[in-house]
Amino acid sequence: MIKVENLTKRYAGVTAINNLNFEVEKGEIVGFLGPNGAGKSTTMKILTSYLPASSGRATIAGFDVFEQSVEARKHLGYLPENTPLYTDMRVNEYLRYRASLKGVPGRKMRQSVGDVLELCSLRDVEHKLIGSLSKGYRQRVGLADALVHDPDLLILDEPTIGLDPNQIRHVRELIKNLGGKRTVLISTHILPEVEIMCSRVIVIHKGKIRASDTAENLLKNQRTAGSMRFEAKVGSDDAATDLQKLPGVKDVATEKDGDYSVFQLRLEANTDPSEELMRLAMSKHWVVREITRRRPTLEDVFVELTHSDS
Amino acid sequence: MKTFLTLFSRELKSFFYSPIAYVVLFYFLLLAGMNFWYQIQIVNGYPAELTIVEIVFAQALFWFPFILSFPLITMRVYSEEFRMGTLETLTTAPVKDWQIVMSKFAGVLFFYCILWAPSFFSFAAFQYITHHSAANAAGAFYTTFLLLFLMGMFFCSVGLLASALTKDQIIAATISFSVILVCVFLPFLPMVMNLTNPAIKEIFSYFSPVQHMEDFSKGIIDSRPIVWYVSMTALMSYLTLQVFQFRKWKA
Repeated sequence: MIKVENLTKRYAGVTAINNLNFEVEKGEIVGFLGPNGAGKSTTMKILTSYLPASSGRATIAGFDVFEQSVEARKHLGYLPENTPLYTDMRVNEYLRYRASLKGVPGRKMRQSVGDVLELCSLRDVEHKLIGSLSKGYRQRVGLADALVHDPDLLILDEPTIGLDPNQIRHVRELIKNLGGKRTVLISTHILPEVEIMCSRVIVIHKGKIRASDTAENLLKNQRTAGSMRFEAKVGSDDAATDLQKLPGVKDVATEKDGDYSVFQLRLEANTDPSEELMRLAMSKHWVVREITRRRPTLEDVFVELTHSDS
Repeated sequence: MKTFLTLFSRELKSFFYSPIAYVVLFYFLLLAGMNFWYQIQIVNGYPAELTIVEIVFAQALFWFPFILSFPLITMRVYSEEFRMGTLETLTTAPVKDWQIVMSKFAGVLFFYCILWAPSFFSFAAFQYITHHSAANAAGAFYTTFLLLFLMGMFFCSVGLLASALTKDQIIAATISFSVILVCVFLPFLPMVMNLTNPAIKEIFSYFSPVQHMEDFSKGIIDSRPIVWYVSMTALMSYLTLQVFQFRKWKA
């Protein structure tokens, strides 16, 4: 559905994206992850033919976004960052205008607009001026606009920003349900969102792709592994030194909590010293209150992939 | 064509979403009406050598609201899209850039025609009531409005170009106001500077809207102003398209 080859965009002196290559298959929901200024929005703007690339090419449904831009745009529903809307129009009027602009025929207009009003829960504000709506409603009007002509491909630039937790859940559910028939490319820096919605994650940093895989695989393959929390009454033992000697333990931080000690163990990748830990505790007659393994999260992956300059 | 009509109707409607349209319409109607009424009073009292059409369109009371109307109706058109960021939703829809530029031009020009409609009807009413032609001949009345349309085309396109240059409406209005002011009043330069060289005087009169109006309101259809206004409109619209694309890609 989307094919990006050697895409580069330079603004005066700054390389926003550098030699990007990726593909998105039909029916995929792909999360586009990266810190602010990573080049997510720039990439999306090129895909929607809003900006021309400096070099390289991108196609949507086989149409070059620059050479055959109108054809490419017909397949596209786009929600830009910050959701620009005509604040002087009413919601249903705006959606009718947008639908007509995107080639929805007159006889299907009522149906199409009605559907997206329903889908985005906008029925109660359909006669209101967009300018008088709250951020959350505007965001949903933007989303309705992106969906109104039933496009094959949705490009959503931070679709859940400005929404309250209930609305965020609603929008996530909505996007998730869009998958299968439609292809979705979502940019975000909210990590749980990606785990919930996306079938694949592309991590981009400083204009380059750092990883492109399912969230699951990213977690499995990441180098920094999880940690372990261990709470026990250890008496006068020098427990930290003992714990340090366990296989796979990188370092140990200790805290006091009344009679108990709280140890944070940082572990090497794919190691699980719980068995050794239990044996040690039993042999030392420690009173164990808690052993918790903390699995690595997408956040750890994200930090690892985008923190360093390497 | 459907896309164009969609864009055009949104453009035209957008005038009426904002209070500007009503304010402009009100003052324009007021001033044009005053001008018409006042000139009729004068013609009534004295034997006049000129027709009512010639007199009305030679007045400062016609020229000032006329010049002022263009910045007011064009300043918002592109600036607002840039400022609100709606350029992005507009240009990522399957719409060609020239369709946007042409529909905006057509929308503004149509609104300009709405501004002039009451004036047209007041002359028509005059003819109906007095059984006199408002101009030298029935045709002269239409040539006057033809020229108004031609000048409107040119000055609207100037205003739109100015609006495409900036996201600040006030700057857009200032630019177009200055340019239109120069277009209308620069041809008076030889008079003001007391230049007697007839060649220079003639060159300036070729470009003088005031001179054109004097001719057309007599019923003289001169092809030179027609070519001038049409080709300048085409040039301005072409430049607007270029500026629009440049600004879009720079954004």
